Amino acid sequence: MSEPTIYELSSPGRRGVRYPASDVPLSPLPEDCLRKDLPLPELSELDVIRHFTNLSKLNYSIDSGYYPLGSCTMKYNPKINEETARLPGFAFTHPLQPVETVQGNLALMFELQEWLKEISGFASVSLQPAAGAHGEFTGVMIIRAYHLSRNDTKRTKMLIPDSAHGTNPATSAMSGFEVVGIPSDARGNVDLEALKKVCDDQVAGLMLTNPNTLGLFEENILEVIQMVHNVGGLVYGDGANLNALLGIARPGDLGIDVMHFNLHKTFSTPHGGGGPGSGPVGVAKHLADFLPGPIVDIIEEGDDDTPPLYGLVTPPKTIGRVKSFYGHFGMMVRAYTYIAMHGPDGIRQIAENAVLNANYLLSLLRGKYHLAYDRICMHEFVLEGRWDDAPEVHALDISKRLMDYNFHPPTNYFPLIVHEALMIEPTETENKQTLDAFAEAMLKIAEEAHSNPQVLKDAPHNTPVGRLDEVKAAKELVLCCWIPEKDA
Amino acid sequence: MNTPANLKYTQSDEWVQLDGNIATIGITDYAQEQLSDIVYVEITVASGDDVKKNSLVATLESVKAAADVNTPVSGTVLEVNEELGNTPEAVNSDPYGKAWLVKLEIKDPSELNSLMDASAYESYCSNRSH
Repeated sequence: MSEPTIYELSSPGRRGVRYPASDVPLSPLPEDCLRKDLPLPELSELDVIRHFTNLSKLNYSIDSGYYPLGSCTMKYNPKINEETARLPGFAFTHPLQPVETVQGNLALMFELQEWLKEISGFASVSLQPAAGAHGEFTGVMIIRAYHLSRNDTKRTKMLIPDSAHGTNPATSAMSGFEVVGIPSDARGNVDLEALKKVCDDQVAGLMLTNPNTLGLFEENILEVIQMVHNVGGLVYGDGANLNALLGIARPGDLGIDVMHFNLHKTFSTPHGGGGPGSGPVGVAKHLADFLPGPIVDIIEEGDDDTPPLYGLVTPPKTIGRVKSFYGHFGMMVRAYTYIAMHGPDGIRQIAENAVLNANYLLSLLRGKYHLAYDRICMHEFVLEGRWDDAPEVHALDISKRLMDYNFHPPTNYFPLIVHEALMIEPTETENKQTLDAFAEAMLKIAEEAHSNPQVLKDAPHNTPVGRLDEVKAAKELVLCCWIPEKDA
Repeated sequence: MNTPANLKYTQSDEWVQLDGNIATIGITDYAQEQLSDIVYVEITVASGDDVKKNSLVATLESVKAAADVNTPVSGTVLEVNEELGNTPEAVNSDPYGKAWLVKLEIKDPSELNSLMDASAYESYCSNRSH
């Protein structure tokens, strides 16, 4: 790579800022708190600016190119979100200010809660969780608290379909549940027979993603939810793929008991290095008392002349706080802006266009790539990156080759139930020309896989660095380029 | 694909070698190929532990995925392969030899009756690949 590390650019004595002489007595650190073996790089301000500007030019982002990373919903993040989040009234409030002085912020949070309730069909929402997996953890803790509040202590099992995101079993295990896997059937749905066999009075719940990670709508979702409810379990909805349902189907109406939203996927707040995330949790009425607090509510109703007084309330049987202060407020401003800019009809159009784009792209690639589950897809689809007559080529090689065509690779090797999975999510923000160009690159690569597989095995060729050694990266966890003297 | 004739196989790609009442367990050549480069092996049981059929004995991590290894037979752990902590790549290079995972003393060999022999496992794998 052409850009050296900041340590390699260092030159002894060089510095960015020179402080004026102190006009108060110095108070040195105790000798034993000082270390001499910390070789921080020494550079001028200009050196630092050029270094990071050069690095930023090597970066690939949604603002520079197409980013079909399946399951991540890498849609364009409108710049007006950044404008509103920087409004001084939002940007410069302190979380410990008296609530009377931050009524605008609380009004925004209250309305965002209301809008998320309207979009999802849930009775109550907490904006606290800081990311998707954090929302999952919160939701599963709510399920646990619900059963325990009814002295129902025998429910130790959490059912997880085999197409689930890895965070689902991880969340369940972290919350103390035994994870029970449920296979998928030949159409990519939850296998109802297998589900029936494990549904008993030890089931705390089922974690379900809809559309699932194959990008397919769970065709038997009502039966699945009913089966779990019949034995007293609750259904957790993983909101990762909500983008496909906006304005069309509401998880709360389907009977799902609790779900997290990914503001950083569905509602266009930045992610993939530009975060932080935000994973609000919505619940049906019977779980509202368990939500983490504080949530925003109206303390005194307003009238025509006076706005209502908003305040922070803690639900009576709350599982407790899951985040300091009130969650990632800056992300709430962005998501609020996004929903306000679209309005109810626009929200539905997001889902319609996301599904249309995915099916259009799939129609261009069908036949040249294997499809493990060949159905009309929702917002994404999963191809197999392998051919019997090109045995040396793997999904990873296809992804690396896509970088040469200046596209971000799709998600690789997930879901686990598809061999050599390539999971592609175009999102609604891409136009037909971009989708056509991407399909053209994919078709070219399919041809290369047969005519010149080595060009795939050696890819990428046109990037700042070539194929990285993933085994070495996983095994040799040396992340810094200097070693303290005492350890050398 | 290498599938030694003297072993028994599970649908979740473990192999078992039975020697008297000692069962040695590992993962198959097919499984290591699917997982690709193994970078981490964690054996989750220790000598002396009693393990039940279908319970977790090890977790493998590759550059692609993490996978659980379950024992297809109940027994008492006699020995675990500590070496793999330093040489996880042995699972790729020698899945039936150096990369055995655990040895169990078993009481009920009939638990192994439902497992596949080499030819049944081979046809099972080739059906899955298409």
